[in-house]
Amino acid sequence: MITNRRKHIAIAMTLIAPFVFIFGLVFLYPTIRVIELSFTDAPLIGSGEWIGLDNYKKLLSDNLFYTSLKNNGYFVLLTVVPTTVIALVIALAVNRLSGRMQALMLAAFFLPYILPVSVVTQIWAWMLDFQFGILQPAIAFFVGERVPVFRHPVWVMPTVATVTIWWTNGFNVLLFIAGLRNIPTELYEAASLDGANRWQLFWKVTWPLLWPVTALVLTLQLILQLKLFDQVYLLSGGGPFNSSYVLLMMVYREAFQLNNGGYASAVALVLFVIIMVVSVLQFQLLRIGGRK
Amino acid sequence: MSTRKIENGILLMITLVGAVIWIFPLYWAFVTSIRTENHVVSANAGLLPDMLHLNAYVESIFNTRLLTWYFNSIGTSLIITVVVIVSGMMCAYALSQMRFPGRRLLYGVVLASFMIPSQALVVTQFVLMNDLRLVNTWGGIILPQLIVPVVIIVYKQFFDAVPKEMREAVLLDGGGEYTLLLKVYMPLNWGITTALAIITFIMAWNQFFWPFLVITSENMMTIPVGITQVNDAFGVFYARLMAVALLAAAPVAIAYLVFQKKVTEAVMISSGVKG
Repeated sequence: MITNRRKHIAIAMTLIAPFVFIFGLVFLYPTIRVIELSFTDAPLIGSGEWIGLDNYKKLLSDNLFYTSLKNNGYFVLLTVVPTTVIALVIALAVNRLSGRMQALMLAAFFLPYILPVSVVTQIWAWMLDFQFGILQPAIAFFVGERVPVFRHPVWVMPTVATVTIWWTNGFNVLLFIAGLRNIPTELYEAASLDGANRWQLFWKVTWPLLWPVTALVLTLQLILQLKLFDQVYLLSGGGPFNSSYVLLMMVYREAFQLNNGGYASAVALVLFVIIMVVSVLQFQLLRIGGRK
Repeated sequence: MSTRKIENGILLMITLVGAVIWIFPLYWAFVTSIRTENHVVSANAGLLPDMLHLNAYVESIFNTRLLTWYFNSIGTSLIITVVVIVSGMMCAYALSQMRFPGRRLLYGVVLASFMIPSQALVVTQFVLMNDLRLVNTWGGIILPQLIVPVVIIVYKQFFDAVPKEMREAVLLDGGGEYTLLLKVYMPLNWGITTALAIITFIMAWNQFFWPFLVITSENMMTIPVGITQVNDAFGVFYARLMAVALLAAAPVAIAYLVFQKKVTEAVMISSGVKG
């Protein structure tokens, strides 16, 4: 029996070995290293001196850090709730359809999500091109003149947010559709028999039963949007005048362009902690909100 | 009753208009890509496709390194997919069906790593790749993308749901754990394996941030990183930019349209809203 038990454990170890090895190498080790590095003045490649909390002190007096933090927050405001509302509306609309029509509509709303980010940004950069962009006449109609949206401090973040919503919204639509399909139809039938109208059906049946999915979408979006880099790097490069500069861009710039590995690690860790804290907090809050 | 029908009709119309608006950027990219560069920027270029000019596609295929980038993207994404699926399946089987010291800890680690923003690790991951001499190689692109905890979580759920009787029957027949995994648990879950493989492939194909950091040589770039170079090379040749963008998106877009149901299923299952 003991040899059997040993053999059993040996097989288990063999099965988990590939994952554990890779995980240790590319996740655990870099996590420990990034903490260590954040207390040094190391360049990107090579070692540095232990400087204690200096990087963090520097961070607290770095204006760019506060600008980035503010822009991250602004971007979250511009995307998280709007994309959730838009996705819910689309999901409700698509869910009413059936068969081929539903598959077709779903494909139309989901397709952008599977595109590489650089494809998305190239298409939108063309659509919003100052001189020839097809959307410029529409912008001119509403504000009176063409706007170089990615070079305009006021327009840049809302535009990047719009592009982001267009790109990632399909994922949220799918989650809501899955959630809607999980609601038993008998509930709607019973409520209809009681004389409930569409509006009441939504607020008394759909909304409360869909809340766990809504909470999930809000949490996932919050985490995702805090990690903003690709779109903003490709569309505006953080500009103009740092008006779209965000934390991950600061990590990138400090580490890979200014060769400050230690300082970049400190920024990365702060981003890391913000994401963990905010997502746990939000998830708990939303759970409590759902229990009422 | 008839007001309900009118209401339904109006709602359907709104949905259709919404879908058309949503898909318009892709339509517009396509229309632009099949025009001549002169026509793209001319004043009388309308909204409808009025040309079928494939020059932009020919130019982008032969005058850029698009084919090299395709090769890099296909190679790295395939390797990532295979390793992620195989290692994930093995690990999930052990977690679900076997008893060994450290099992709870390992599952805890898998669940926790699901929450960790890997973007926060890029600095030290890059240092590691440099130490391993993997900067500007496929290995450098691949390694950090091999951790996809959600694959383990999903597999474990599905393995947990396989009836215990099947397991006992195989064990009575003298079969071992490997027989069980290869002859019972794997074949029973082909459906979820294809779904997870497709979504892993799409995610790997679309990865931008990491390949962008670890690759600096144009010959080693993946499609999403490579096409941003074309931007600089072509300047303001919009038809060509759109042709490149569409060619870059084509493999995943086609994969999605062919396997639409599987992709939908994979997204729903891996986010936990459908089990």
